[in-house]
Amino acid sequence: MVAMDTKELARKLRIHVLNMTSRGGSSHVGSAFSIADIVAVLYGRVLNVDPANPQDPLRDRFILSKGHAGAVIYAALAETGFFSIEKLQTHYQDGSDLSGHVSHKGIPGVELSTGSLGHGLPVGAGMAKAAQLRGNQHRVVVLLGDGECDEGSNWEAILFAAHHKLDNLLAIIDYNKIQSLDTVAQTLALEPLAEKWQSFGWNVVEVDGHDHAELGQSLSSGVRQQGQPTCVIAHTTKGCGVSFMEDSVLWHYRTARGEEFRAALEELEEAA
Amino acid sequence: MRDCFIERLSQLAERDPRVLLITGDLGFCVLDDYRKRFPKQFINAGVAEQNMAGLATGLALEGHIVYIYSIANFVFMRCLEQIRNDASYHECNVNVVCIGGGFSYGALGISHHATEDLAIMRSLPGVTVVSPADHWEASEATEAVANTAGVSYLRLDKSTAGTSLVMDEQFQLGRIRQVREGHDITLAATGGILAEALAAAERLAEEGIEARVLSVHTLKPLDEETLIAAAKETGGIVTVEEHTVDGGLGSAVAESLLEAGVAPRFFHRLGLRQGFSSIVGSQEYLRAQYRLDRHAIAGKARELLKPVARNLVIRSAA
Repeated sequence: MVAMDTKELARKLRIHVLNMTSRGGSSHVGSAFSIADIVAVLYGRVLNVDPANPQDPLRDRFILSKGHAGAVIYAALAETGFFSIEKLQTHYQDGSDLSGHVSHKGIPGVELSTGSLGHGLPVGAGMAKAAQLRGNQHRVVVLLGDGECDEGSNWEAILFAAHHKLDNLLAIIDYNKIQSLDTVAQTLALEPLAEKWQSFGWNVVEVDGHDHAELGQSLSSGVRQQGQPTCVIAHTTKGCGVSFMEDSVLWHYRTARGEEFRAALEELEEAA
Repeated sequence: MRDCFIERLSQLAERDPRVLLITGDLGFCVLDDYRKRFPKQFINAGVAEQNMAGLATGLALEGHIVYIYSIANFVFMRCLEQIRNDASYHECNVNVVCIGGGFSYGALGISHHATEDLAIMRSLPGVTVVSPADHWEASEATEAVANTAGVSYLRLDKSTAGTSLVMDEQFQLGRIRQVREGHDITLAATGGILAEALAAAERLAEEGIEARVLSVHTLKPLDEETLIAAAKETGGIVTVEEHTVDGGLGSAVAESLLEAGVAPRFFHRLGLRQGFSSIVGSQEYLRAQYRLDRHAIAGKARELLKPVARNLVIRSAA
């Protein structure tokens, strides 16, 4: 894939997400904004995927485990040529392929439909195990939410990946420290999160999840640690990109309408 | 049945490197030979069924033919959402093997009684549901599910029915086996409890009642044609399952016959009706306690046939 201006891509993704969620009246705009930079760096620079050959056996596999932020993945796939940008207008509409939680049916480039949390990492571990058995070199990248780390199924997969030395598996945590109803700290404390993953046998890297240089470096295949899966803990801001949405539980579910929509769009357009 | 399964799976694994067995840390001694022979086609996922079902999906998406293996409810109920959202929705060749259907692990208690599995798995779209009655069916089904697209559920029983094969008999998923001919009544059973239905049929034969006995090894897709024939050609139908009567074999038969507009003259579901099974005992003992053994089946058949016999007497007197 040709390297893109990932910052510009991230800005476009946020604008698409705002339009998609406001048009359809769906939630999770804050969750999608939180990972827009990570997704832009992945699709703009890191992932070896080809819209002309979406089933290439040697492609990198990407799974969005926090499926509620699916709008930003649809936007990234459209922006990188997997399907038309016009299709994004159907998001969350009657009869559309683009459901609120990311779906693979009829959508080239989506490896796994998700929506219920805690499913992506076990499936990703299975894909990574398959590549290991065949000696293939591609990577499996799974993007998880922080609240999602409450799910026990993840910890089963974390044990498995370390035990099987799946160094082709990369987990990225969108650590915005806010979950559905409250902060992570107030809900089910995850700290010390890096130490937890480390003690389970993973190579852990902590980065600023909105710094494209740091993301590019940590997500590139260069950080692959022989014999160990890698976890990139990306410190993020929920709702990042629109000042009044940032760091707010409200924008996990709220949809921008009317004046809020216009103000948000204005901020994102001016950021160019 | 478990041994037949692993023997047939070994043959498959030898022929096809895509075949992969994942166990949830169960199969002590039983899986040793397979593990030694096919180390690259074997994974012990540990006591972590949700991850096991997710792994199976990931491996199947990459082209493997996966079998996940554990006892009773652990293999499907603990990880039901992974089977639904991941394996089934993505149409993966994941074969869910339940060791110990029904009361196979009788005295171990309710945690080890798989008595709602058929209903639950039958309700999932695209899942083939198989419950073999004997060693031959178990072995044949083991291979058949590998060749079936999507998720299959294979319920293996500790007990087995001693049926005899007819010349050149072919196993076909979704095709009922008629294991005894008769026209007075049909006993349709699924799983090893078919042995009790056959024994009941022998007892009834001594009384001049000829029962047709069907082995319904595949609950989904269901062989409607054979059931419709049974409804039309025999006096009535009794279904027999070591499973709750809600949503299992009896329900499936009733639904399909009613929709086809073919009501048997009488119909009864023999299965569990009394809540959870809390009595301690062997499979044989529990069958008797819950009135699913040969005596209960024969008794129910006699009871249902009585009005038919009375009508015949009244008609001949008139």
